Amino acid sequence: MSATDIEPTDTVDARGAACPGPLMDLIGRIRSATAGDVVLLLSDSDRSMTDVPEWVDETDNELLGVDESGDDYGFYVEVA
Amino acid sequence: MTHRIAILGGGTGGTVLANDLAERLAPEIDAGDVEVALINDDPDHVYKPVWLYVAFGQREPADGRRPLDELVDDRVDLVIDRVTEIDTDDESLALRDAGGPLAYDHLVVATGSTLAADEVPGLAEGSHDYYSESGALALRDELLSMTEGHLVLSVVGTPHMCPAAPLEFVFMADDWLRERGLREDVDITYTYPINRVHGNPHIAEWAKPIMTDRDIGVETFFNADSVDPDAETLTSMEGTEIDYDLLAAIPPHRGVDVVEAAGLGDRGWVDVDKHTLAAERAEDVYALGDAATTGVPKAGSVAHYQAGVVARRLASEVRGRPATATYDGKTLCFIETGTDAASFVEFDYESPPSPAPPSEKLHWSKLAYNESYWLTARGLL
Repeated sequence: MSATDIEPTDTVDARGAACPGPLMDLIGRIRSATAGDVVLLLSDSDRSMTDVPEWVDETDNELLGVDESGDDYGFYVEVA
Repeated sequence: MTHRIAILGGGTGGTVLANDLAERLAPEIDAGDVEVALINDDPDHVYKPVWLYVAFGQREPADGRRPLDELVDDRVDLVIDRVTEIDTDDESLALRDAGGPLAYDHLVVATGSTLAADEVPGLAEGSHDYYSESGALALRDELLSMTEGHLVLSVVGTPHMCPAAPLEFVFMADDWLRERGLREDVDITYTYPINRVHGNPHIAEWAKPIMTDRDIGVETFFNADSVDPDAETLTSMEGTEIDYDLLAAIPPHRGVDVVEAAGLGDRGWVDVDKHTLAAERAEDVYALGDAATTGVPKAGSVAHYQAGVVARRLASEVRGRPATATYDGKTLCFIETGTDAASFVEFDYESPPSPAPPSEKLHWSKLAYNESYWLTARGLL
């Protein structure tokens, strides 16, 4: 299954988010999500390619896939 | 036809917008072709940046309050009431105290942020904040009585108002404790949700060496999950536990319930086009400032600049012309780096911030702006 086949429960559009940034937006949304939800983070920051996987590794959440096919990145994170 | 413009919220964005429209559309308002109403549930306008200084005993809450009726142009109909429902289909607002609904043709949501400490177990009981008047006063008393121990500043909620303020707090606390001869007996730790000390990498790279130089401990990848007020411990969703003697926290933030109930966006924030600031889920609605999800900081400068954009767009619409004004993400922030020095950043959607070297001049610039802010609220600066 490719990342684009995943159906997110919720989408965080952080494209253009200069400060405090896409990962912060993702964490904020995950705080209010429930276990099993899949949050899609849209980001146009190259930094997210390291920020997001590193943070997910620190938690029990799971990075299901990353969509790099378009102009932006799409991170699919399943909430633990 | 009369164009009825309703502005919901008398904070920085709403007040600057009301005064901008009063001047920009003065001929139309005087002719009865436009009506501008500003609705706020508090008769006072509140300038929140003062609260950081309240925590250190340098300002009083009253320094950040002025009656709205002294700030708002007489052409604006100031309504002190609470909106209990937004009906975007009927284009009307239900008010708590007024007899009937208030109809609008154009609505601007400027309802700001509210604090939601209750979303994290133990946080409300176990922590203090400087993101509210009462919180800043209580924190001031705790800081004044602290002579030793562990002071922890934890950024818990994201997004939150003024992303620079957590850095400012620990820098000011460090200086303030040194000046009082207490720094050697008080450890300071700063926790942040991601793997650097600020969400923006440019600001983080600038701030981290300053924290190291000043012996401010840092715990990154720390998203507080619970607080035990009795044991005085803070535990993160990443599994780290920190003991504290005084916890200053940035609690989770929300918008307001009526915005969420109206279906304008999640958690009380309004989904908007980040350039036009038009609501994406309703017609004839704009949002600005903290209430609008644009990806830029929830900061007064943002609300100020966005108010100018919305004012120009509304003026175009009222005059039957295409609205062309757009918001480019412009943000300005002064960042205190102690009690006598500050930095400054300016950025937008395309240009990243580059913090200026801290200086006493920038510190006084920030304090001077805090004094002249009331000219901003009046639409003069």
